[in-house]
Amino acid sequence: MAQATADHGEHEATTTGLNHRKMLMWAFLGSDCMFFGSLIATYLVYKNRSLEGPLPIDVFSIPTTSVSTFVLLMSSMSMVLAYSALRRNRMKTFRVWLASTAIMGMTFLAFQVFEFRVFANHEVVVDCHAPIGELSIVELSVRNDKTVGCEATGHDEVEKQVGLTPKTNLFGSTFFTLTGFHGAHVTIGVIWLLTMFFLSFKKGMVTPERNLDLDLAALYWHFVDIVWIIIFTVVYLFGVFPGFA
Amino acid sequence: MTQETQALQHEESHPTPGTYFKVAMILSILTAIEVGVFYLEFVGWGIIPILVLLSGAKFILVCMYYMHLKFDDRIFSTMFVAGLVTAAGVTLALMTLFSFFG
Amino acid sequence: MSTVPFAIPRPTYPTGVWSWITTIDHKKIGVLYGVTAFVLFIIGGLEALLMRIQLTSSNQDIVSPEVFNQLFTMHGTTMIFLAVMPLSAAFFNFVIPLQIGARDVAFPRLNAFSYWTFLGGAILLNSSWFLGGATNAGWFGYAPLTSIEQNPGHGIDFWIISLQVLGVASLAAAFNFVVTIINMRAPGMSFMRLPLFTWMTFITAILLVLAFPVITVALIELYMDRTFGMNFFNVAAGGDPVLWQHLFWVFGHPEVYILILPAMGIVSEIIPTFSKKPLFGYGTVVLAGAIIAFMGWMVWSHHMFTVGLGPIPTSVFVITTMAIAVPTGIKVFNWMATIWGGSVDFKAPMLFAVGFIALFTIGGLSGVMHAAASSDAQQQDTYFIVAHIHYVLFGGAIVAIIGGIYYWFPKITGRMYNEMMAKVNFWVMFIGMNMAFFPMHFLGLDGMPRRIYTYDSNMGWDFWNGVSTVGVLVLGTSFLIFIINIVTSWRSGETAEADPWDGRTLEWSIASPPPEYNFEVIPTVYDRDAWWAEKRGKVQHGVPVGGGSDEEEHSIHMPQPSYWPLIVSIGLIISAYGLVFHSGNFIVASVGLLIGVIGVYAWAFEPVNEPE
Repeated sequence: MAQATADHGEHEATTTGLNHRKMLMWAFLGSDCMFFGSLIATYLVYKNRSLEGPLPIDVFSIPTTSVSTFVLLMSSMSMVLAYSALRRNRMKTFRVWLASTAIMGMTFLAFQVFEFRVFANHEVVVDCHAPIGELSIVELSVRNDKTVGCEATGHDEVEKQVGLTPKTNLFGSTFFTLTGFHGAHVTIGVIWLLTMFFLSFKKGMVTPERNLDLDLAALYWHFVDIVWIIIFTVVYLFGVFPGFA
Repeated sequence: MTQETQALQHEESHPTPGTYFKVAMILSILTAIEVGVFYLEFVGWGIIPILVLLSGAKFILVCMYYMHLKFDDRIFSTMFVAGLVTAAGVTLALMTLFSFFG
Repeated sequence: MSTVPFAIPRPTYPTGVWSWITTIDHKKIGVLYGVTAFVLFIIGGLEALLMRIQLTSSNQDIVSPEVFNQLFTMHGTTMIFLAVMPLSAAFFNFVIPLQIGARDVAFPRLNAFSYWTFLGGAILLNSSWFLGGATNAGWFGYAPLTSIEQNPGHGIDFWIISLQVLGVASLAAAFNFVVTIINMRAPGMSFMRLPLFTWMTFITAILLVLAFPVITVALIELYMDRTFGMNFFNVAAGGDPVLWQHLFWVFGHPEVYILILPAMGIVSEIIPTFSKKPLFGYGTVVLAGAIIAFMGWMVWSHHMFTVGLGPIPTSVFVITTMAIAVPTGIKVFNWMATIWGGSVDFKAPMLFAVGFIALFTIGGLSGVMHAAASSDAQQQDTYFIVAHIHYVLFGGAIVAIIGGIYYWFPKITGRMYNEMMAKVNFWVMFIGMNMAFFPMHFLGLDGMPRRIYTYDSNMGWDFWNGVSTVGVLVLGTSFLIFIINIVTSWRSGETAEADPWDGRTLEWSIASPPPEYNFEVIPTVYDRDAWWAEKRGKVQHGVPVGGGSDEEEHSIHMPQPSYWPLIVSIGLIISAYGLVFHSGNFIVASVGLLIGVIGVYAWAFEPVNEPE
């Protein structure tokens, strides 16, 4: 039989009846929980310990990030619909949903890049008449800046670019490393999905019988989504909550 | 186990696209509530358990339905939950050791 | 046949060196691991020897302090990651499929990838000696000594990236064994009928997949600080070096159980075999192993008792650490109860197994002493700890592994080792080991700190240091004996039969060495100690539990060898060098990545078996 491809394993008998590769993927996802857990733990341990620079409340835009979160969430829906379509041999539908998933993934990444650039170019604007007690750390530092500050310039409003980069403070280091590695996971996922998409045009490569290949990609994709669910809540929503920030 | 039995295992229940849409609607609503609650001033510190519950619900829905854990062999759930629980445990322990909880 | 893009034909029946380079056979991979790891063990031993020569007496300057720092760092890193772990992996590879009645592991190419990546990581780490100096901040690399300000140059970067590479190798192997043990057991081999070595391997693999990601993150954070000026351990920005310690030891403590559980598994095979009795309390020993693995996550800060965690955290970790001695003790009692009343044959493997019990127990006793934070305050960072480490890791892991090598030597090579020489090997090793490491208890309690390159003559440490060095020379002799025995026996030892020990587990039911496909007919298992049961006619013809094999014997198709695991490893190593030197904006790293990605695609699309 000329099944000269890597699906030989699918028909191999196993002790549990479960497929080796699917089991491998779940073991890998369990392990990846520890990876992201350690990054999130570092982020949380260092929360509220930055000595200077922008803090979450200074830079986060919940509306913007809500949109990108929603996009990623919907990409999980399109992923599972792609898988469902493949199983039922609806090849055109499958390709549409698969492409949508990849596109939504790329949209999410675009949002991330955009957001990171905004953070890096963050401008702090301080009203010199505002009570000092209401100012955040970075606003205070700009207010008292020796060159552009309130006393130095005598203006009613002063501004300075105080970008958030990985080097700026603890928040920058932990935030960009955590979201950066999440983004790297998404990127790998997008490449995987695009590979399957283009492969599906070659006869016999992506078929209902070989849906396990897509199942594995889908599991990885959903995992990347649920990690973001956690990051969105713990980093963004808790980040700007007044009591927490 | 023979190949027939294995084939039978693959026929286990799969949700329909309709179910997947419904789950997506619930996920959207949960996200909307999360963001909405966030802007309500009167919630105060109560926002923490609310957000934890809401995001937890989203997490579980994606795992159970999209990742198919509800319908699959328990081994997969065990592997995943083991990683999750260990990660959560280590995270909470570190937070405690660094006086996150005051 | 190849309607697939990227399809490059797999090698067919390669011979000689190519057969080793492209192998995906677990038995060959096991031998590769074993030989490579042993060579690295000798290198680590030479690093130790140099340190011991320097410390033999006071005020010597045979080795400079800078070199000494590199020696103790490389010795520790080498012994843990390049010797003990891969020696255990050698056994996982060779023995596990045979013990569970399988023809190979679940992912043969991934298995080969693990080996080549390990070799690459070993070369990467050791090349640092010649490329600007080796890492020098201890095998545990505490911040801020590892910061770019305090440690410019590439030594630390070599350490960071090598450990990441080795982590990839270990993780790949661990995933492989988790799936193999769950999913490739012969019909009837339920979990409670697994050989103990397989059980301990399974538990170790689970520990690996959960623990390694933590050190991966710690190393990433350190690399970020050093390379990109981030602030994870930067005190000036509010960072806390103690976070490094926590992350490291959250990995590091499960790691020591990763080091010892396989050794305990080996001992649990040898003792019943040479006592002609089943392991006493099989279920208890398995449970004890699982409990050790579970509790191993709750004790890590006992490595940090002197850091100032505060009385409550310290007390918690004291209690958990003392508690974990219990399941370990249970195992010792079970081994002893196995020997008691057995028909004991003190062949060399048995000597090593019994030696393990004695030496590991001594190490455990000093361990319990450290568990009390108050006494640890005096012992921490002294030679008392060094004594403990070496009793559990040398007297424990290495002694068990040597025993395992002798035990499975006939199976792996088809030849018998020289029994008399092996017994001499044991005694010389036992004497040398105790001479080298027992005095360290005295030195430690007498105040000698770790990691010093010399000491003054008025400290009164000269005598025991001298004894220790002599002990190390005796140890070295024992390894010469070992090497001679192994090499000459492999070449021209007496031909071994399939079952020279009247063994209990399935690997003894097939030829020595086994054919490529291991089992002509996949066995059906009806009891624990499956082979013993079969030989003694205790076979009950009930319904076998689980398992699945409906192959015909005459058409055993083994997957063919492959180039791609090696290619992906090479890409990874090139990337690694690129990350260490990171000049030119990571161009080299990117090239390595590209090679790796191409390799992965080629691997994914490679046909599994080309019809002949």
